[in-house]
Amino acid sequence: MAVLIYTENAGGKFKKSTFEAISYARAIADETGTTLTAISIGDVDPGELALPGKYGTDKVLHVCNGQLKNFINQAYASVIAEAAKKENADIVVLSNSFSGRGLAPRIAVKLDAGLADGVISLPEISGSQFRVKKTAFSGKAFAIFELTSAKKVISLSPNAYQVVEKHAEGKIEEFIPELKPTDFKALVKEVIQSADKVSLPDAEIVVSGGRGLKGPENWGMLEELASLLGAATACSKPVSDAGWRSHSEHVGQTGITVSPNLYIAVGISGAIQHLAGVSSSKVIVVINKDPEAPFFKVADYGIVGDAFEVVPKLIAAVKEYKASA
Amino acid sequence: MKILVCISNVPDTTTKITFTDNNTQFNTNGVQFILNPYDEIALARAIELTEGGKGTVTVINVGEVSTEPTIRKALAIGADDAVRINAKPHDAWFVAKQIASYIQQNSYDLVLTGRESIDYNGSKVAGMLGELLDIPSVSIIKKLDIEGDLAVVEREIEGGKEILSIQLPFVAGAAEGVAEPKIPNMRGIMSARTKPLAVVEPVEVSTNLTFSGFEIPAARGQVKLIPTDDSASLIGLLHTEARVI
Repeated sequence: MAVLIYTENAGGKFKKSTFEAISYARAIADETGTTLTAISIGDVDPGELALPGKYGTDKVLHVCNGQLKNFINQAYASVIAEAAKKENADIVVLSNSFSGRGLAPRIAVKLDAGLADGVISLPEISGSQFRVKKTAFSGKAFAIFELTSAKKVISLSPNAYQVVEKHAEGKIEEFIPELKPTDFKALVKEVIQSADKVSLPDAEIVVSGGRGLKGPENWGMLEELASLLGAATACSKPVSDAGWRSHSEHVGQTGITVSPNLYIAVGISGAIQHLAGVSSSKVIVVINKDPEAPFFKVADYGIVGDAFEVVPKLIAAVKEYKASA
Repeated sequence: MKILVCISNVPDTTTKITFTDNNTQFNTNGVQFILNPYDEIALARAIELTEGGKGTVTVINVGEVSTEPTIRKALAIGADDAVRINAKPHDAWFVAKQIASYIQQNSYDLVLTGRESIDYNGSKVAGMLGELLDIPSVSIIKKLDIEGDLAVVEREIEGGKEILSIQLPFVAGAAEGVAEPKIPNMRGIMSARTKPLAVVEPVEVSTNLTFSGFEIPAARGQVKLIPTDDSASLIGLLHTEARVI
């Protein structure tokens, strides 16, 4: 018995969501009285491999193979499943990132495992019962499932579990997987990263704008506020539909679901589809001219006022706060 | 080229979600069901790729007879024919096994799904299908072009994108950017009534997951309103009271 955690990296560094998933997997290993093994695939910066140990990983399997330098869904899934078998792991944990969403179902099928995806809290384990909770209806509800199979695959929603430091040995071992040529039918040609931007699904703070901003030319102040707060920028559906911002920033039921610590909505009325995508945010701030905007009903803090007046004041206040901190 | 588009029948996005039977049943009373919005994008791209006699588009749904209006809508939008696997879609594994079994008997060059269904927000079926059929799968694509038996696909990643070259056949989950959803025209609506809709009985699947119930998220407390003139004080509150900055 063991728990296996796939430690996803981006540009050679483990991501924050990876450490969340490690901490989560450690807690499951403690609960079930077993060990935690990590598997890292592809190039990671020297020194990174020592990090899983800081969060409670007993052993780190490192796969360093030129063919696996870039993410290849099918091949990575095969490698992780092979490691799970070798380690005799009955629980595999991943982050429910874009890549994790591709890997988890394939690994589950390979291992004949039940799959719980987008889970938001630790499983409730009692005897052979293993219950997991995930968001459903785009955050309008939670659904609770019981995984009844012997093997289980769990993908954890980003920002749902706190990173916990916990020292463990973290012994690094080389892992040489068997590669199947048929796993290499999808090849990465190019990776385009917007380096200066905080990635929206991972962001701890999100600054989001709606139609109330009147046009794409007015996004400068939101970008400034976001950059001061280390936040990602987002928008409502009408904004991305109008082409003011890219679809990858559209938050809501048919866009990205986010769960940051702080969501600041500027000039967004709060249609039910938008609320669905943000309802699991820890703190919601709403800035809107219309005191009747439905968004205020689900907000923690609200300012009834013109965005063009309020946002510059907030920018000044953040600058002052940062200068004094 | 033969394209299969997997569609689901989901509650309309404006639905207020409530449950009955001690929070174990989704209350469908008064709920309008629609074609999953992401599946509409997949369908629109499939139609574009096969336009002008370049291929056919089949839609497949795992559902009971009540999903047929949604299937007819897909036919009205422009799918050539449809298949309904006559079963309640228990979970993603059940659905993937049904569709995989159908594909094994009727091969396709490309299988598209939506990036996720807006009810359970899973994006599992595409990956499971890929594994069951031993072909590549891409969970969330933003762009899809096909040249011969090679596709160029844009995949979403955190803070960027990846361009992939993939050998057909494969499975992909379509997201915004792949195509603009199509609105059925009168001719489409008329012809949808007579397009073939085959009903296939399900295969047996052993389950590995059971559903226990729903929970409604706790309501937030009353909103704390800050006067416009005092906007700046919000930052202090976020630091000292909410502790999020």
